Amino acid sequence: MEQHQLLPHLFRTEYRKIIAVICKVFGIEHIEIAEDIVSDTFLLAAETWGQKGLPKNPTAWLYTVSKNKALDFLKHHKIFAQKISPEIKNTEPILYELAIDWSNKNINDSQLQMIFAICHPCISTEAQIGLALNILCGFGVDEIADAFLTNKETIYKRLTRAKEKLRIEKVKIDLPSQLEISNRLATVLTTLYLLFSEGYYSTSQNTTLRKDLCVEAMRLNLMLIEHPQTNIPEAVALLSLMCFHSSRFDARTNQDGEVILYENQDTNLWNNDLINKGEYYLNLASTGNKLSKYHLEAAIAFWHTNKKDTTEKWENILQLYNKLLQIEYSPIAALNRTYALSKANGKMEAIVEAEKINLLDNQFYHSLLANLYMEINEAKSLFHLQSALLLCKTLTEKNIIIKKIQAIEALKN
Amino acid sequence: MQEFLLVFRRDSETVQAQLSPEQMQAMMKPWQDWMGSIAAQNKLVNSGNRLASDGKVVKPNNIITNGPYVEIKEAIGGYIIVRASSLDEAAELSKNCPILTIGGNVEVRALIPMD
Repeated sequence: MEQHQLLPHLFRTEYRKIIAVICKVFGIEHIEIAEDIVSDTFLLAAETWGQKGLPKNPTAWLYTVSKNKALDFLKHHKIFAQKISPEIKNTEPILYELAIDWSNKNINDSQLQMIFAICHPCISTEAQIGLALNILCGFGVDEIADAFLTNKETIYKRLTRAKEKLRIEKVKIDLPSQLEISNRLATVLTTLYLLFSEGYYSTSQNTTLRKDLCVEAMRLNLMLIEHPQTNIPEAVALLSLMCFHSSRFDARTNQDGEVILYENQDTNLWNNDLINKGEYYLNLASTGNKLSKYHLEAAIAFWHTNKKDTTEKWENILQLYNKLLQIEYSPIAALNRTYALSKANGKMEAIVEAEKINLLDNQFYHSLLANLYMEINEAKSLFHLQSALLLCKTLTEKNIIIKKIQAIEALKN
Repeated sequence: MQEFLLVFRRDSETVQAQLSPEQMQAMMKPWQDWMGSIAAQNKLVNSGNRLASDGKVVKPNNIITNGPYVEIKEAIGGYIIVRASSLDEAAELSKNCPILTIGGNVEVRALIPMD
């Protein structure tokens, strides 16, 4: 790797590890000090590596320098040291030296504990995702703002407020107790699910960034299932779901960033490795007696990896959506269920059901009805396309709908 | 919006009324499709439970009898809880319940919220 690529690469891979290990010693209430120490370390690396050339082991260099900076800080702030760890009566730096431990085990444990601290129910999910990107993934405020399609100030404020909240609530960087872990893990999984969705469905034009978000969500999810205490079937099912979805990442948008619908995707662009991984994790997740929404969504995604329309496929998808909706309602699941119903039980039944679900202010509801009425009732199809047109927000989507309207009108003449 | 209990009853005592395993299996799809339909309208509050056919009835003076359906032929087979704007709407939701195709019925009752 070229030198100018190395530092950004190390920033992406090592920032989160160093911050987790140091923060674990300082406590989450001093996360900003930990952030400063890590930033200073990378700044020093940028200066000295350029002048003196690369150290033999750049990663070890970063670890040593940040550790020394942390110990220096503690030495010069003895009062601070006594404050942050009253349980450690002896404030000799030697204790911190022991605690700042760069073994793989401590790095992994600290990161896992950091996931739980950040996905704490006391802060909003939006802030959790922002903090996760910032602290667990090493994303800068610029990148997070880009992913959320908002400005830097908003993100900066959101992160600051979230850190403040963690401080006030005295959130510990620790694994929750066995009793608490299943509830807390549910919050963590939701955050990872949303982090992934943010990357997968974001309308941000920055494809590389969107892909990074998905990869990061999968990496964090993998960390959960590599640890015996957090390796539960639900987490494995979520990873399976992410694998299936990301297998279609390259096929679902064209060069201009326009969304390509599932039925028009080029299956050659589907990633078979990820499909196989998805199947592997789905099988692995099929233990225990809890059928979570992640299991159901992963199974639905599995059936979508076979593009051929078969009765078996759509009947299975329909039943999975029936179950998913019984666990948790969402408009998108209701719409997808109705689409599956049209494929499994026929369009007429689906139209009756679609009219019942009544999501009049949802653009996709109208797109679905327009699709179902196609070849059955042109006037209704047109009406719903026009309703969808009024509700849709992006130019790309508008163009797709206009094309459909024109196609129907051309048939009429 | 109000919540309603839907109670499914049918004759499960007489021999003719017993469903074969194949018939039970065949009921699965319409049943799941019907539940899915209510859930897709965001009107399912609780997917309830199916009840086993055997049971006991406990009466005063230490009298315990076997089977819940000693005096009535129709037994409760299960229940769900739905959300609807009126009793009429809740009854409307029940019209497509598959139990009606095998000689059963649905009783619709409003839940009275606890204060």
